[in-house]
Amino acid sequence: MKTTRSMVLVSSDPESMAKGALEVFTALQHELIKRGLDDEISLSMVSDIHKKDFTPLVLVYPDAVIYGPVSPQDIPQIVEEHLYKGRVVAEKQVSPYELSGRIAWLSARKGTLPAENRIVLKNVGLIDPEDINEYIIQQGYEALGSVLKEITPDETINIIKNSGLRGRGGAGFPTGLKWQFVSGAQGEKKYVICNADESEPGTFKDRLVLEGDPHAIIEAMEIAAYAVGADEGFIYIRGEYGLAISRMKKAIKQARDYGLLGENIFGSGFSFKLHVHAGAGAYICGEETALIESIEGNRGEPRSRPPYPTTSGFMQKPTLVNNVETLANIPAIIRNGADWYKSIGTPSSPGTKVYTILGNVNVTGLIEVPMGITLREVISIYAKGMKNNTTFKLAQTGGSSGSIIPASLQDTPLDFDSFSKAGVSMGSGALLIANEETCVVDLAKVLLNFFRTESCGKCTPCRIGNQRSYHILSNIAEGVGSEQDLKDLQMISDQLYELSNCGLGQTAGSPLRDILNHFRAEVEAHVNLKVCPAGVCPMSGRPIYQAV
Amino acid sequence: MSAEAELKQDVRKLVQNLIEDHGVDKTELIPILHEINSALGYISDEAIRELSEQMAIPTSHIYSVATFYRMLSTEPRGRHVIQFCESAPCHVAGGRLVWQKLQQELDLNKGETSKDEKWTLLTTSCLGVCGIGPVIVIDNDIYGNVTPEQVPVILSNYE
Repeated sequence: MKTTRSMVLVSSDPESMAKGALEVFTALQHELIKRGLDDEISLSMVSDIHKKDFTPLVLVYPDAVIYGPVSPQDIPQIVEEHLYKGRVVAEKQVSPYELSGRIAWLSARKGTLPAENRIVLKNVGLIDPEDINEYIIQQGYEALGSVLKEITPDETINIIKNSGLRGRGGAGFPTGLKWQFVSGAQGEKKYVICNADESEPGTFKDRLVLEGDPHAIIEAMEIAAYAVGADEGFIYIRGEYGLAISRMKKAIKQARDYGLLGENIFGSGFSFKLHVHAGAGAYICGEETALIESIEGNRGEPRSRPPYPTTSGFMQKPTLVNNVETLANIPAIIRNGADWYKSIGTPSSPGTKVYTILGNVNVTGLIEVPMGITLREVISIYAKGMKNNTTFKLAQTGGSSGSIIPASLQDTPLDFDSFSKAGVSMGSGALLIANEETCVVDLAKVLLNFFRTESCGKCTPCRIGNQRSYHILSNIAEGVGSEQDLKDLQMISDQLYELSNCGLGQTAGSPLRDILNHFRAEVEAHVNLKVCPAGVCPMSGRPIYQAV
Repeated sequence: MSAEAELKQDVRKLVQNLIEDHGVDKTELIPILHEINSALGYISDEAIRELSEQMAIPTSHIYSVATFYRMLSTEPRGRHVIQFCESAPCHVAGGRLVWQKLQQELDLNKGETSKDEKWTLLTTSCLGVCGIGPVIVIDNDIYGNVTPEQVPVILSNYE
């Protein structure tokens, strides 16, 4: 994929095709060449657009303007006005009210280029994280002051509830509701824990927040503690993040010296004690009950739930566990109000999301954008296209426990509800972009190797299922797989989902499900034709593992 | 005093000092094991027994914790520990060829320590520096965007 100024997409679902989408596409091709725009504007057909009344649709990116129904006669005007002169042809546009689903949402966003919008990463790279004064200059600890002085804990919870903030750890649970559960739980002693055990492959957003803006997390944890009635907290940082651990310890000391942490903060009577706890290398400790076990000095094995940590967590006391990115939103929400926060992102998933872009693209790294951006926009705008003009084949979203999604789903908005409707998991925000040189069997093998290594071994479906599916995939990659193997993989995937104790096991089967759903032909080529279409798998003809 | 007895004395002293710093609460077990691991290079049976006595925690519990976490080892390791990230982002960025080259250069398989006790070769799950995959970590040094050609050069930096 080349980097181009604009992208033009023509709908190619059966209805659009029946109504002349191909002619529209050809007319566009001619017109772009005629005007000499074919080098700077890319043109492609996209399927899977769920709107019939206005097809064929023509979508122009990055402006997110949607025209329809378009006939070949309209093309010269659209190209001349919009693509050449940069003026939207208003009379040909589809009204957002007449569209449904994601197309409507895109259209309603017209004119708002999906620019980066930094809330979580606002101070990262801007301030010296080892100097509390720099944080204070950026309105630091202002939210804490106003909460402690001006509003009650219940009012604080209501602000967070009204903001619509949802947990950024992966599951997307409403944060305000979680706070309310802890606040309402029985017991004098309560805890607040920041989950900074960021171990999902491809994710390093939390590390940058911890390293770049540690005081934001301290401030947010204090606000959360005040709201739920806790007086002690832990930040559980994965052991590999040495710099984050030392910066956080330093920040805590500084906050204490300034009287912003400790006894009777701002003379309000509220006190808070905060500890840093370093992990020791275990993916599973990102699961909140395993994390609690680990802080208690045990193996990181998830507990059976219920009871949930909100009623019985650390030392069997009510415990609030929030992810780093979730917490980093809190001070900004308190300062600017719930309505401000709701104005960003999509109605059901307000705010921004931090994504890590990785893989075969020109620019890898971190972006913070409003919820609801599409994968196509991420690849073409922020990642500056695919590396070496290769073709986008699949994306792995949300780390190992996320989903493998094919190119045909790249116009799905990245927000909690659209993703769950499409059966895709947003997870941690990792976006691993892979080109046609990636083999899905090989990729699934790598993912299952991860899960068989990281399974804590407590429950059987996960301990044995991951091992077994890794063996099957290894044999398929050697060219000795069978049809029965594919049935077994499907069965293991279903059983992992239904029978595992914790989220790790429940999602471990999703790579299997996804490759069988979206890339079945490629998997079958390994099994039936003994060929790896991407030329990656060894295909030696010798089994590595014998069935037992 | 024999060399063995002296070593035992050293371990006892180390554990004592750590407990003075951290206290005997069970929540301090993992931080203490961390420090023992970096002081001795691994967590020896001696250290586990000593810890059990001083913290009043059963050796079985300490052992079960020490073997659970990837960053803790109950086996002696080489002078330099190489961790190769085998998670998907590094794999897609070309990690497979780097791994083959590493094994070939060191003549070691996953999890093995060289005969001269110079190297231990480990694979690891994601280390959180995915922006620069493929990644290898030697001791505390991170190397990113590694190509197979760079592997011998990187290894030659270590004595």
